Amino acid sequence: MLRFILTRASLVVPTFLGIMLLSFVLIRLVPGDPIEVRMGERGITPERHAQLLHQFGLDRPLWQQFASYVGQVAQGDLGVSIITKSPVIKEFAALFPATLELGLSAILFAIVFGLPAGIVAAVRRGSAFDHGLMGISLTGYSMPIFWWGLLLILLFSVQLGWTPVSGRLSAMYFVEPKTGFLLIDALMSDEKGAFRSALRHLILPTIVLGTIPLAVIARMTRSSMLEVLNEDYIRTARAKGLGVFRVVGLHALRNALIPVVTVIGLQVGTLLGGAILTETIFSWPGIGSWLVESINRRDYPVLQGGILLVASLVMLVNLAVDLLYGVLNPRIRR
Amino acid sequence: MSAEIRDVPPPGPLADVWASFTENKGAVAGLVVIVAIALVAILADVLAPHSPIEQYRDALLVPPVWAGGSWSHPLGTDDIGRDILSRLIHGARLSMIIGSIVVTLSLVAGTVLGLAAAFFKGVTDIAIMRLMDIMLALPSLLLAIVIVAILGPGLFNAMIAVSIVTLPHFTRLARASAMSELTREYVASSRLAGAGSLRLMFMTVLPNCLAPLIVQATLGFSNAILDAAALGFLGLGAQPPTPEWGTMLAGSLQFIQRAWWVVSFPGFAILVTVLAFNLMGDGLRDALDPKLKR
Repeated sequence: MLRFILTRASLVVPTFLGIMLLSFVLIRLVPGDPIEVRMGERGITPERHAQLLHQFGLDRPLWQQFASYVGQVAQGDLGVSIITKSPVIKEFAALFPATLELGLSAILFAIVFGLPAGIVAAVRRGSAFDHGLMGISLTGYSMPIFWWGLLLILLFSVQLGWTPVSGRLSAMYFVEPKTGFLLIDALMSDEKGAFRSALRHLILPTIVLGTIPLAVIARMTRSSMLEVLNEDYIRTARAKGLGVFRVVGLHALRNALIPVVTVIGLQVGTLLGGAILTETIFSWPGIGSWLVESINRRDYPVLQGGILLVASLVMLVNLAVDLLYGVLNPRIRR
Repeated sequence: MSAEIRDVPPPGPLADVWASFTENKGAVAGLVVIVAIALVAILADVLAPHSPIEQYRDALLVPPVWAGGSWSHPLGTDDIGRDILSRLIHGARLSMIIGSIVVTLSLVAGTVLGLAAAFFKGVTDIAIMRLMDIMLALPSLLLAIVIVAILGPGLFNAMIAVSIVTLPHFTRLARASAMSELTREYVASSRLAGAGSLRLMFMTVLPNCLAPLIVQATLGFSNAILDAAALGFLGLGAQPPTPEWGTMLAGSLQFIQRAWWVVSFPGFAILVTVLAFNLMGDGLRDALDPKLKR
């Protein structure tokens, strides 16, 4: 078991180094240097330009810049934003809870609706519910989520006036950030109505971000359940006279869940990619919109650090899913 | 009374695939929609009532015909008076071109890389597959955004970016199927007969790896259209006045209060096209992979 964990975990190291190199090289290829971008229309004298380049170490050979970058990362230093002058890791830490709150709520939404729907579709295979669900989930899977967001805003915010259009909290409330999760912070604060406001702001982005995972989870649960329901031990359980709920809920679900757990873990990448679009539409102050802004401002360190952190996150979650899979299913431990 | 015995050949492999493909109603519906969109794309110049970029200054934000508009602009006009129906029709052409180019690029490059990894093993294999793993660790949209930031915004660069992002899927698939084919006896006998590496790769093994690659290509088409539209929406893909569907949605949030038609139609066009390709891809997978058949 320990051997399996160590082998699998050691594979992460070269990938991590590769991600560092990739993010470093990609960023250097972006045209226009950050000093010029920062000065913008005002212009800058060549002397001052050279001085600033030197100050940020941008005039050294590329390999030296990369070597010092790896050294810094090893110490947890991801550089300082050229625009805001604050450490990248600090900016990430400040914005990440917003993305995490949105992402968790989206995945929860997807599981709460996708899992039962997939189970029922599998048990009632070929029924109208099954066909309907498969049609809906393929539609959800094909959805351009930025348009889906606009459509939901059109219906629920503009036509019905039920939900706010953007942001995380109405401007009339001030909630002191303690956990960074606005729902929890709002509950702990004395502001009345803040929790309600935070919840209302969260609903539409959650649906938008959760739609594709919902479709994937429903489809995966259905096909995995169908496979398990054909197994001999299910027939045995039925033959013993066990009720439907016991057979499906206890015997089948437990085994059918293994691939579903994997698929849920693999949604992390989809979620972070979707967060870029969702956060842009709803002006959600998370890392998705932060990264897009950093590209427009050519803020190298932010982009570099952000990519590194996002990729590491995806990698670690995938590793965790793999390990969990190994624990759940002893057959794949080699 | 002698019954005539005719020589009926067994159905060929293509006929067999076609037969099981047509059993799947969704897949056929997808195919029909795709053919229709392709026709619209080809005949865009004939079908479109107006030029996609001409601005009718006296007809700004005209609603669709059933919501108080006129037949001269059946689906209404946008904020600078361009005919939305004509833009959608020309957008179909762009989406089909985007899909074809992206799929061709990533299919060819991915197949070559995947086959090379499977054949040459060792360092080549490790280098290629590690690179693909790294690319897969980044959310594809983020990677595409970074690539567009490097190359500069625009339709062509967006297509390159999306091709690079979809590359790992084709590479992994090609490698996996080539690996399993390489253990077969026909490959060994072909090698013994003196076939060189290139011949083995492309003439002997590749034809037997095609089925999963074709399915992935169909699904890749829908991904390409979605990703390119997302880039357009973020202002990084096709630039105005190009009538690309995602680009059409880019500035539409500000009109959401007074002109729902500007927001609704382009996204609907994306959804229908992507859905059609996904339906057809699912059908093809079932038809080409006998193991999944009921």
